[in-house]
Order: sequence, then structure tokens, then C-alpha cells
Amino acid sequence: MSKKILPLVLGAAMGVAASAAHAGTLEDVKAKGFVQCGVSQGLPGFSNPDSQGNWTGLDVDLCRAVAAAVFGDASAVKFTPLSAKERFTALQSGEVDILSRNTTWTMSRDTALGLNFAGVNYYDGQGFMVRKDLGVTSALELSGASVCTNTGTTTELNVADYFRANNMPYEIVAFEKADEVVAAYDAGRCDVYTTDASGLYAQRLKLSNPGDHMVLPEIISKEPLGPVVRQGDDQWFNIAKWTLNAMINAEELGVTSENVDEMKGSDNPSVKRLLGTEGAFGEAIGLSNDWAYNIIKNVGNYGESFNANVGPDTPLGIARGINALWSKGGILYAPPVR
Amino acid sequence: MSVQEQHTAGPPARASLINDPKVRGLFYQILLVSALVALGYFIVTNTLANLERQNIASGWDFLSTTAGFGIIQALAPYSETSSYGQALFIGFLNTVLVAVIGIIFATIIGFIVGVARLSNNWVISRLAYCYIELLRNIPLLLQIFFWYFAVLRAVPGKRDKWSFFFNSFHLNITGLRGPKPVFAPSAEFVGFALILGIVLTVIVARWARKRQEATGQQFPMFRTGVGLILGLPILTYFVVGMPISLDFPVFVETGPILRRGFQLGTGFNVIPEFLALTAALSLYTATFIAEIVRAGIQAVSHGQTEAAHALGIRPGPTLRLVVIPQAMRVIIPPLTSQYLNLTKNSSLAVAIAFPDLVSVGGTVLNQTGQAIEIIAIWMVVYLSLSLITSAFMNWYNQRMALVER
Repeated sequence: MSKKILPLVLGAAMGVAASAAHAGTLEDVKAKGFVQCGVSQGLPGFSNPDSQGNWTGLDVDLCRAVAAAVFGDASAVKFTPLSAKERFTALQSGEVDILSRNTTWTMSRDTALGLNFAGVNYYDGQGFMVRKDLGVTSALELSGASVCTNTGTTTELNVADYFRANNMPYEIVAFEKADEVVAAYDAGRCDVYTTDASGLYAQRLKLSNPGDHMVLPEIISKEPLGPVVRQGDDQWFNIAKWTLNAMINAEELGVTSENVDEMKGSDNPSVKRLLGTEGAFGEAIGLSNDWAYNIIKNVGNYGESFNANVGPDTPLGIARGINALWSKGGILYAPPVR
Repeated sequence: MSVQEQHTAGPPARASLINDPKVRGLFYQILLVSALVALGYFIVTNTLANLERQNIASGWDFLSTTAGFGIIQALAPYSETSSYGQALFIGFLNTVLVAVIGIIFATIIGFIVGVARLSNNWVISRLAYCYIELLRNIPLLLQIFFWYFAVLRAVPGKRDKWSFFFNSFHLNITGLRGPKPVFAPSAEFVGFALILGIVLTVIVARWARKRQEATGQQFPMFRTGVGLILGLPILTYFVVGMPISLDFPVFVETGPILRRGFQLGTGFNVIPEFLALTAALSLYTATFIAEIVRAGIQAVSHGQTEAAHALGIRPGPTLRLVVIPQAMRVIIPPLTSQYLNLTKNSSLAVAIAFPDLVSVGGTVLNQTGQAIEIIAIWMVVYLSLSLITSAFMNWYNQRMALVER
């Protein structure tokens, strides 16, 4: 093992050297003809391969939207499944162009890792799932419980903080991969499974009897999940940021993948600016002026993506909640295209 | 020819420095070493410069920052408020523990199976053969998963248990529980008595051996050793007033379901992750050791056994005193490789949530983002563990090597 790691470190060092040499991610992406997108190893609703091997999910849609903005083609994207541990190194070393992998935006990640968070595409919070027959109704009753979770996540720190703050002893069993956490929890190794609430709903589907388990009402942390890019390439950062903003603005303006062609003839100046019939906002970020049209036509607006992947009509059945638009009681708010 | 002339014409005239093979060799070696040093220097400075340019933190300051996460098995004091450095140390101790326990079990199982493989009893030798062929041909990671997930589902759940050994040991999905010794003041006398017993046993054993070599008289060494090593501490224990008590695990069967089962912090618990990992590592490595042992024994010529039998030595002592000591010379070098493999394979622990160095290091890596530093720590630790193991085994090998006169 130790002998195998040496070339890896040298490779990492060289890789860092190689990627630092050229900061123009957009040119690189255009040259190779596709966006390399880092996703999870399988989280239903967010990034998960279906039976045909096609990636679907809210995070996947964001990558497809970036591809649509750059190439006008939502399929010009390749996916790299990454574990929680590998994700930042893969982005830093240039292995992926954008990381869209239910990643929590924290200060240390934003500052010390040489990365930039391009926004929030899902406001999440950490929750707990337990077996119904435990008779537990609140997380404050979990004193003495054993807790299964993933290693190398903010989850592991939050659960430590929460149990410590409430003076409850606990036992942590931390696995590298989400599938093993689910298997161990399902086998009864732990009383509690903790991760982001959205993840709990998604992973519950993988349990042998999903109906025997419930998610407790407490949300113990703020987990704003969003796409990440490398620091030091403002143009690519802008593209990622405004792709997300365009999807949110489109929902707010009522532009959907169905009506986007009619909307092109709209008199509303905000819609005109978004769809590129007025102004040159696309050129300002190095793309064509119909960049947002391509996103909405090929992928849809934020609301469409949410409903198709995690919304109430999907197996996950997550309500919009705080992820609704600011005008509809949520906190989703995108700066205007102006 | 000039070369022949030089040889015939006594000592040659001093050749020019450029043609001196010694100087040339030295020159090229220095050249190679400086090229390597320059390459290393380039890689390090280049990496540091790039890290700085990309605003990625580097350096070792993170080791003293608060870790903030819990670890399920800590052999030294650790809490969430401890530092990353302490967390890594806990991971290191867990790696060493798995390696040492794994090596001990793998060696014992390996020797038994290796000898069984050569047994004249058809059933025993076939069983050993099947065990070896089955386990050494399945990838280790799958075996770890098998022990963890398959065996984990077979044992009772958290609110239930299997008890054995007069109800003092229990097994369920949360691990193997047993009584934990609690030491009161003056318990150290028992420890001293144990050390004294071991020292006395060694002295007596040396004396007995010398006496046997001189007179041929045998001494009941085994019984004496057991008496000294066990008897002395037990005697001391009662003399100083029973300072060691046992803390039994508390099992609750009533009340809220979450509270039922074994209570945290009572008794001694071996977590199932450790059990699964040690079982998988020992049983897998034991298959290779068994084959090494078989090869070693077969390398000893059959004439040695026959000669021993002709001298009237019984089969047991023949194996112990004639065959094994000679077989050891063949066994030890490949055995060292197996020990190193086991230690390195223990890094697969990360797959089943055992907090070894790689698992804890991975968490630290993710929290701090300092990949290069963490990978450097991993490399240095595994390299040092491997070098220490080989140094010890080389020393043992030299001791066992054939002394040529």
C-alpha cells in the first residue's frame, strides 16, 4: 500500500502543477467538447444512475444545464462518481470541471480548499432516521444511541456537536460509502441513521422495509448544498453561478421548458433579458446570448427540475418547503439578469 | 594486446582519473543521487507554490486544531474536543492493534492448518486443503464484507444477546461483551508479581536447559512456568486484599426500547467492526502462512525424521525439536512478507467503519482538505510499521539461521 501511494502523491503534485498552468476552464471544456461533472456515487433524487445507466437528479440537472449553456446540448456532459472523501481533491486537481454533489457550503471549504461555491441549489438540514418501533419521537430522546453515518462529512461533526451540546452519550459508526451505512443500519447495527434530511428520504427507499422507519422532526444544522468550482477562474465561476440563477429566475418569471419558445416573443423585459432577445448578457460571461434559453429548453427551470427529481410526485416525496421561491414562502432568491 | 601486456608487466602505471573505474562509478552515483534530490526538491517546491497559488492551505498547523468528531474505539483518551493530531494517533493505535492481533491469530491458525495439511489422516488434510483453496482465492475485501454484513445479520440484535462462559460473555450485533477489570490502589503489586513470575520462569528455563544438556535429566518446565506466571500474581492478589474487581456489562430488558440492551460505558466491548476485520485478515493470511509452513516442513529431508525415530524420539518431540527448527529457516523469510501484507491490508478497515489510520485520516483529510500532508502521514506510518516488522523478523531469522562452523 505504502509503495502504491508514492506515485499517487507525485501524480497529485504533478496534477496540481498541470491544472494550475491554464486557468481557462471554459476554453478547456469547449476544446474537449463536454463538461466533466463530479457527482455522488448514487443518491436518489440528486445524482443517481437509472436502470439504463443514465444519470438523473437535481444535481445532475445542474451539470446538464451548464452543458446546455456552453454547448446548447444538455447531453454534452460526462459524470464522475465521487465519494465524499475524494470530491474536493478531484475538483482541485482538475479531474472534474464542476462538482455538483450535494456538497454543503461551509466557510472552511469555501476559503481553505481553494474552491468557490457557486450558489445553493438545495437548502438542506441534517436530520435523524430511526425505526418506528423504538417509540422515539424526538432527537432529544436519543441519549445512549449508536449512530451510523458517513465519514468525512459535515454530518459527522454536527452529530458530535448536537449530542455534546445536549449532554447525551452516543456511539458513532462511520462508513466510507453511503451504501454501507444503509446496509449496516438496515442490519440493526445502529439505532439512528443521520445525514442530510433529503438524503434520509432518498436512502430510506433502499431499506428492506422503508415503512418501518421514520425521520425525526428535528433539523440540527444548516446544510446549504450547491455546485462548486475551482478558485481563480472567475469566468467559469460566473457560468456556474448564473446557470443556477437562470434556472431560478426562469421559474420566477414563469418560463418553462414547455413555453420557452412562446416566451421568446414575450413583452416582459425581464424575460427578454433572460432569454437573450434583449441585451448581451450571455456574451458577458463568454457564452452565446441564448445561453439561458438553451438551459430552459433542454433542462427546464428550477421548479421543473425539483418536481421531476425530488418533488411530491416522486418516490422521495419532498415538499418544496424552504426551497420554494422567496415569493412563495421559501428562501430561493436569485439576483436579476440585468 | 595492451591489456595482456599490463597484466604481465607488474603493477600498471597510474591511469588517468577519467578512466579509473572507481572514480567513474562514484561520479555517476553522485550524479544520480543529485538528480534524484533535485527532482524531489522540484516536486516539493512546485507543489507548495501551486498550493499557495490556488489558495489551498498547507503545513502542519491543522494537527493541533480541534477535531470535533467522535471515534467509536479509542485505546487512549479521546473526545470530540481533542485535536486532529490526537485523532490520527487513535487511528494509528487501532491499526497497530489490528495488525498485532491479526498476526498472532494468522500465525497460530496458519501453523495448525499447515501441519494439518500434511497429516496422514485423509479427512484432516482434505479439510485443511479446502480451507486454504477456498479462502485464499476470494478477494480479501469481499471476505471482510462477508464477515461484517453476513455474520452481523446472523447474531442477535441490539436488544437481545447470546451468553456463554457462565453468563459472563455476551455476543450481539453491537459486539462481544465481557467483564472489564477495574484496578484499585495496590493493584500494581499484582502486576509486579506477574513480571517477577515471567522473569523467574526464564531463569529456571535456562537452568533446566543447561542441566539437561549436561546431564540429560529433564525438568517439568511447563508446570513450573504455569505455576510461577499464574500462581505468583494470584497469591499476591489475595495477600494485598483483592484490589482487582470486575465490571460486568449491564443489560437492561425493560423500559423504553431505545434504552434496552447493553448500556454504554459498562463492561468491556469488542466492536463488531474489529471482530470482522480481525477474523477476515487472520483467516485470509493464515491460508498463505499454512502453505509456507507446509513448504518449510517438506523442505526438511525425511531422513531427519527417520534418524530421530531411530534414536527413539517420539513423533511429538521429533516435530518440535528436529523438524520445526530446521523448517523455520525456510519459513521465516516468506512469513515476514505475509506479516507485512497483513499490516498493509488492515487499511481495508475503512470499508466497514473500523476507525483505523486510513479511516480517521480520511475524515481529517476531508475536514481540513490537506490531502498531501495526510497522505504523507499514511505513507510514513505504514512504511515505519513495515520496516519495524521486517527488522524484527530479520533479527529473528538471523537467530534461527544455520550456524556454520
